[in-house]
Amino acid sequence: MEKVLMKGNEAFGEGAVRAGCRHFFGYPITPQSELPHYLARRLPEVGGVYLQAESEVAAINMVYGAAAAGARVMTSSSSPGISLMQEGISYIACAELPCVVVNIMRGGPGLGNIAASQADYFQAVKGGGHGDYRLPVLAPASVQEVIDLVVTAFDLADKYRNPVMVVGDGILGQMMEPVKLGPPPEVTTPPKPWATTGTLGRKSRNIINSLYIEPEELEKVNLRLQSKYRRMEEEEKRWEEYHATDAEVVIVAFGMVARIAKAVVDKMRKAGIPVGLIRPVTLYPFPDQPLVAGSSGPVKAFLVAEMNAGQMLEDVRLALCGRRPVHFYGRTGGMLTSVAEVEGKVREIWEGLK
Amino acid sequence: MAVATRRTQGLTDKQLHYCPGCTHGIIHRLVAEAIEELGVLEKTVGVCPVGCAVFAYEYFNCDMIEAAHGRAPAVATGVKRVLPESVVFTYQGDGDLAAIGTAETVHVASRGEKITTVFVNNAVYGMTGGQMAPTTLLGQKTTTTPFGRQADVAGFPLRVAELVATIEGAAYITRVAVNTPKNILRAKKAILKAFNVQIQGLGFSLVEVLSTCPTNWGLSPPEALRWLKEKMIPAYPLGEFKAPEGGV
Repeated sequence: MEKVLMKGNEAFGEGAVRAGCRHFFGYPITPQSELPHYLARRLPEVGGVYLQAESEVAAINMVYGAAAAGARVMTSSSSPGISLMQEGISYIACAELPCVVVNIMRGGPGLGNIAASQADYFQAVKGGGHGDYRLPVLAPASVQEVIDLVVTAFDLADKYRNPVMVVGDGILGQMMEPVKLGPPPEVTTPPKPWATTGTLGRKSRNIINSLYIEPEELEKVNLRLQSKYRRMEEEEKRWEEYHATDAEVVIVAFGMVARIAKAVVDKMRKAGIPVGLIRPVTLYPFPDQPLVAGSSGPVKAFLVAEMNAGQMLEDVRLALCGRRPVHFYGRTGGMLTSVAEVEGKVREIWEGLK
Repeated sequence: MAVATRRTQGLTDKQLHYCPGCTHGIIHRLVAEAIEELGVLEKTVGVCPVGCAVFAYEYFNCDMIEAAHGRAPAVATGVKRVLPESVVFTYQGDGDLAAIGTAETVHVASRGEKITTVFVNNAVYGMTGGQMAPTTLLGQKTTTTPFGRQADVAGFPLRVAELVATIEGAAYITRVAVNTPKNILRAKKAILKAFNVQIQGLGFSLVEVLSTCPTNWGLSPPEALRWLKEKMIPAYPLGEFKAPEGGV
């Protein structure tokens, strides 16, 4: 199969085109700029629409309208822009519309910087906007996986009529890697009889709404949403294991930090230290099974490594409920975790186990 | 027996929730009649605001979307870009359109988005309890300008039709009122024209409609109609601010 060299941000765009997405609404922000640049050229080639909105607030509401009209639609931004979209994402979640939101995370809080970060984990997996809602959150760790997971994101969005977030960081967005494109996947978009297309002969009107003035009604909506989220938790957990089955120290890391952690695992294994990696691919629903399974096996300690002050750490601790010690190593502000730093932490844990 | 008049098919049977003397009901009917008369009810998608017209999706007899506060033009843009053959309108009040949604209002016009906006200006926030709107008149008392709106504290009334008419993508911009039968007929013609501008693909169209709010103005319905005539129309002159050359 032919391999092409592709930048991560462009891969998000090409993944969307392969998924049948023909509508993109966004607002410029670094470090995700190559994604809109790519789609501004690419979408017109396939009869699609690229539209630059006046703000992230407008962009997410254009997404709301396009999704309501039945389209496969995407927007992308980076941390501060994603903050601005949160109100809209909450509306989209309550109105049960499918769409894909890409966050190429940068250093925060505030204006922060444009360096790579994973500091939006809480925002992505714990809701982000107001009210009780959840989004499936996918975290690719290579340019190839970007291409593949963006297609998955659209399928999940349609399957659950829910917004889906795909998170990367500045490194994933900016780096180039060879990818196998292959023939475009067969896109099967489910029928959308609920879409506001104009009645066009349909007997009843369609209404897209998130207003339920009677608390009894709104509670019913919430219970329906919650049962949908439980179904996601049953069916959609994804993760990768690397030398995890016989490991005594398991690193838990997602996205680019997992790539760094793999190098640490390889180095430790060469030194005869049984280290493994569990890489959550879905951050929500969080893949707790491999952690729980590991804790009943040879694993003596876990190390969570992130480019933040310890956010996924909370989910790892919740999954393990104190069964094993959970250590943490993180850098913040757009600083990368280096192989040497993570290795140092692993060695410290390993020495402590003796 | 010949049918002299009948209820428009553009409205559902749902009883309106608006206060006695409020002219939202008239404006709803005019919009609904226009859509029906143009024969586009089945391909129309309406977008309603946050504010008094928040429940408008229960009244307009077509596919409807309820948008976040101020974002109806962005939502309408999303719909229209997916379904260019559809007829898309937004129905928004002065807080929604001229305060929190000002950016969306300006840019939907600048893109020349082929949608129609019905802008109901009653110089006050109704749903939230009579607070100052961007269109509140100088000296007008509201719950947040209890001594009357003073320019040095709260700025000046915003003239939306005049503002939007300066934008190149705006094709048809007009201001009407619904305080007299004559003005109501004129308003109907303007709304029909605005939808025609959209259907002909000429660009963005906006009809600003001066409307009453007896409840928050603290006036009886007849007094409110007089107040609209004597106070609002002088501050917000009626007429076309922009129209396609050569007519519609």
